[in-house]
Amino acid sequence: MAEEASAFNIHPMDQFVIKPLFGGHELNWYTPTNETLWMGIAILAIIGLLVLGTRGRAIIPSRTQSIAEMAYGFVYNMVVDVAGKDGLKYFPMIMTLFMFIVFSNFLGLLPMAFTPTSHIAVTAVMAMGVFLFVTILGFARNGMKFLSIFWISAAPLALRPILALIEIISYFVRPISHSIRLAGNMMAGHAVIKVFAGFAGALGLGAVAPILAISAVYALEMLVAFIQAYVFAILTCVYLKDALHPGH
Amino acid sequence: MASGTETTHDATADAAHGAADAGHAVAEHADGMPQLDFSTFGNQIFWLVLTLGIIYFVLAKIALPRIAAVLAERQGTITSDIAAAENLKQKAVEAEEAYNKALADARAKAGEIVAEAKAEIQAELAVAAAKADAEIAAKATESEAEIAKVRASAVESVKAVAKDTTKEILGAMGSKADAKAVTAAVNARMKG
Amino acid sequence: MEGDIVQMGAYIGAGLACTGMGGAAIGVGTVVGNYISGALRNPSASASQTATMFIGIAFSEALGIFSFLVALLLMYAS
Repeated sequence: MAEEASAFNIHPMDQFVIKPLFGGHELNWYTPTNETLWMGIAILAIIGLLVLGTRGRAIIPSRTQSIAEMAYGFVYNMVVDVAGKDGLKYFPMIMTLFMFIVFSNFLGLLPMAFTPTSHIAVTAVMAMGVFLFVTILGFARNGMKFLSIFWISAAPLALRPILALIEIISYFVRPISHSIRLAGNMMAGHAVIKVFAGFAGALGLGAVAPILAISAVYALEMLVAFIQAYVFAILTCVYLKDALHPGH
Repeated sequence: MASGTETTHDATADAAHGAADAGHAVAEHADGMPQLDFSTFGNQIFWLVLTLGIIYFVLAKIALPRIAAVLAERQGTITSDIAAAENLKQKAVEAEEAYNKALADARAKAGEIVAEAKAEIQAELAVAAAKADAEIAAKATESEAEIAKVRASAVESVKAVAKDTTKEILGAMGSKADAKAVTAAVNARMKG
Repeated sequence: MEGDIVQMGAYIGAGLACTGMGGAAIGVGTVVGNYISGALRNPSASASQTATMFIGIAFSEALGIFSFLVALLLMYAS
């Protein structure tokens, strides 16, 4: 087994290693790392799209401005459709999450790039933030009525305690699934590409099949990069809706 | 380690090592699962919160209000353009109505003129016809009088001829004709 | 020797964990298939249910990702 590993030399997890950006081995909480670099690139890309792209404030938009407006309209409609009109107060928050995830995912697909969203720490902070925010908001807005999302009045009375238990468990699993879905998807895609790349490296010049496979997986990853950002944002909207209107 | 070769890679060595002292789930080394390297979590969380804060600030303060303003302005422009187009359309409809009205007026006037002309012609025609009738009537009475005269003279002539002829015939037959009787007989015949 | 056996078990477990992803694949296929058959019956209502479909995909896919995660943990972190 050890010989095989050294023959193939595939290290799909190497790409996720966090290294200090300017050399050295010390990693304090403030040390800029490769993750910091790619988060910064994501910030610059978002500013480039949403601030510089809309600099013209044109009635007839330029191409960049159209994309910025499309992103705005996409998230705006999502919030209105799922969370309702009162959800619009939290639209900047959801837009922040969506833009950060979508740009991290797509920038991470560049060769040699680093994907911050493939790290559990990153997605867990976002998911826990959403979870705590939504829970506090739910209690602040509805008081104890917020607990009615666990007590399903449509079900027969005998079933309600069991359903309440299930609902409570699923409520507390939310941040876990919310974060692991995103990180797992990103990690899985990148690891699979890396594994195929390892095959290609082992086969040398005749590696047609692994390269075709990499292309196919890469196309799938482009789709997944967007869908996961969409899913993260829309689930945030769904949780927000539960906090705003626990009745239904 | 069963392999025991020098080529054993870090990863396998590390994994085996990790497996050997079970319970130590965290891979300290880079070749484990970097996502579960808790020593980097503080760093990641710090930079993530900073990143999200910057993005939130930029979006909430600059980008989103600006895009919303642009979209609202575009909506306003489109609405006013549509209103203007509606206005122009209304004007076009009015212009068409005016044109149609003028056309109808002109038609009505033309009809009136035609009717007037017709009436005038009719009147003239009636006068002329009346005059012609009168003339014709006068001519007809005149002619009738002439004819009557002619007929009367013709009757007289016929009577004379008849009397003469009757006298002659009677004479030839040897009987003297009574002038009075002949005249009476001829007159009676002529009447019958 | 003992470490090798533990590692062998971990790798076999990782392979077994990957079968869970097949279940997620079936789940996602069911969700999308039912969405499409519904959308073809009533195309006008399909647009409003696209978001629901994606949420359904996300939920069923998350479980496959969990099994993938278990496989990764067994491979690299045990």
